[in-house]
Amino acid sequence: MLHHSRPSGEFLIGEFFAGMRAIVPLVVAVLPIGLVFGAVAATKGLSPLETTLMSALVFAGGSQFVAMDIWTHPASWVGVGFAALLVNIRHVLMSASIGTKMQYFIGIKRYLAMLFLADELWAMAEFRAGSMRLTPAWYAGIVTPFYLTWVGSSLAGALLGAFLGDPVVIGLDFAFPAVFVVLVMGFWRGPETGAVLAASGLASVAVHHFLAGVWYIAAGALAGLAVALWQGRAREQAA
Amino acid sequence: MTLDLSIFFAILAMAAATIFTRISGLVLIRHVEIDGRRRTAIEAIPPAVLMAVISPTAFAAGWAETLACAATAIAARRLPMLASVVVGVATVALLRAAGL
Repeated sequence: MLHHSRPSGEFLIGEFFAGMRAIVPLVVAVLPIGLVFGAVAATKGLSPLETTLMSALVFAGGSQFVAMDIWTHPASWVGVGFAALLVNIRHVLMSASIGTKMQYFIGIKRYLAMLFLADELWAMAEFRAGSMRLTPAWYAGIVTPFYLTWVGSSLAGALLGAFLGDPVVIGLDFAFPAVFVVLVMGFWRGPETGAVLAASGLASVAVHHFLAGVWYIAAGALAGLAVALWQGRAREQAA
Repeated sequence: MTLDLSIFFAILAMAAATIFTRISGLVLIRHVEIDGRRRTAIEAIPPAVLMAVISPTAFAAGWAETLACAATAIAARRLPMLASVVVGVATVALLRAAGL
């Protein structure tokens, strides 16, 4: 076969639609979260255009909600940029991990794919790579509907936000702390995780009490990291 | 449809930071061998960061938030994310309505 290295158009379309089918449950799940983000952003004084731009360019829900939490007027690009870096530092490991499974992504495609590496898409891609080959067409199939839903629902939430009223009364401001609680529970790996969480929680509450700004996120992250490193060394010495 | 310049720069800073984290893993695996201790440290970063983000809300904002975080954590052991979030939001709304 001379042309075996070039996949046929039929194969590409099939892969793309298989990806779209696989992502449906997560698209349904992200829709209300996008609406909430848009509504929260509206209460912080962001226009619908600004809210949509943030969802389209940042495309990382956790860091967007953290930015809303610490939002100031005028906006502090150092503060929210630093917070986004800290909240999304997990992407380094995610991208390193999925990067080793992208042998069918040639050249620039690998970097383009990485720009859309949200938690949900990463998890789906890791799952796919575990059983089948991960193709760029399939990856595009999961990214496209998910990305458009996130951006579109943010815009809808921003437009509807003015009619939803004060989100604090109906508890909407709590939606993303709640998401983080669920994510933290997902990272639980036993008592060692408990020690990391305790160190991070103590340090961040203490620093939050005494220092303004987002330093508490850095303090908590570093305290948790220090405990993890100490645990690693103790395990090596015991072995 | 307004676009404030300081907000635009804040969005660009967030986008740049996020793109940096998404690309650097790819660059990293081309240059660095990930040994056991490095892996342990990198794996501890996500829970440590998330905990740092929520701790002031969970432990220093008030009883409604503390109890709602606990309810969400318990729900997360059994329910999918969206349902757990609904449990948390409903709990905080009820407790605030009750004056906590």
